[in-house]
Amino acid sequence: MGLQALFFYLFAFIAIASAFMVISARNPVHSVLFLILTFFNAAGLFLLTGAEFLAMILLVVYVGAVAVLFLFVVMMLDVDFAALRTKALEYAPVGALIGIILALELIFVIGGSTISPEIAKKAAVPIPALTERSNTQALGDVLYTHYVYFFQIAGLVLLVAMIGAIVLTLKHRTNVKRQNISAQVARTPETAVSIVKVKPGQGI
Amino acid sequence: MEIGISHYLTVSAILFVLGIFGIFLNRKNIIVILMSVELILLAVNINMVAFSTFLHDIAGQVFALFILTVAAAEAAIGLAILVVFYRNRGSIAVDDVNVMKG
Repeated sequence: MGLQALFFYLFAFIAIASAFMVISARNPVHSVLFLILTFFNAAGLFLLTGAEFLAMILLVVYVGAVAVLFLFVVMMLDVDFAALRTKALEYAPVGALIGIILALELIFVIGGSTISPEIAKKAAVPIPALTERSNTQALGDVLYTHYVYFFQIAGLVLLVAMIGAIVLTLKHRTNVKRQNISAQVARTPETAVSIVKVKPGQGI
Repeated sequence: MEIGISHYLTVSAILFVLGIFGIFLNRKNIIVILMSVELILLAVNINMVAFSTFLHDIAGQVFALFILTVAAAEAAIGLAILVVFYRNRGSIAVDDVNVMKG
């Protein structure tokens, strides 16, 4: 058994075990931390297949952004999570049965099948040899040429998500003093300053 | 034993099923349901990358990148809706969501 197989089984086992802990942990904070562990091991699996750029992006996007977002929300909401789990095991046997059947079907079908080597010759965009182009360069070659419209749409999706999240969570409070920039800019010396002639020896 | 595509597909199938089972198990807790959806998307991504590598076609990795984008957007929107819902209702139990209708 080579080193690659050893690391494959290591990453796969930890990924699956921590994925199981994500769904079964009592504390959602632990769930988020196990989710991060799952993502790290999935990034290891990506590295083993040679998708280096995606492995790093997985860490940056998921661990750096999504998991931290989850952590923020879990810690911000003051929810009694124990109460949410009171009848959690009611549907567990049915769910486990369905899940085991589905998993066995998937593993029998895709684990037992082999892929004809003829298909690999019909690749839409063949991967260049690592000695010529690195994975990141090869991905960029394709992403900004063949898939440039998809890339732009992905940017739009992120923009819409950002605006949507801000619009949803923005709260307009009425009793808060805030800056009125147009009123400030519209002030003139006439409205701001009044010149008073003061006679000597008298106050105003 | 050489590590082939079926090994990766098996790992991704197990992760996918764990994600679905997570929705069953935590059906009252929206936060864990969202995490289960992330697990499902991760399983799909592993599928994409495994096929991309073993068929020598980089298009799979491009689409995995787009799935990653959509997953990030989905998590942001889902958590924003969750925060608004918590602000209005004071709880995140799924059973309370049906009061939003009408």
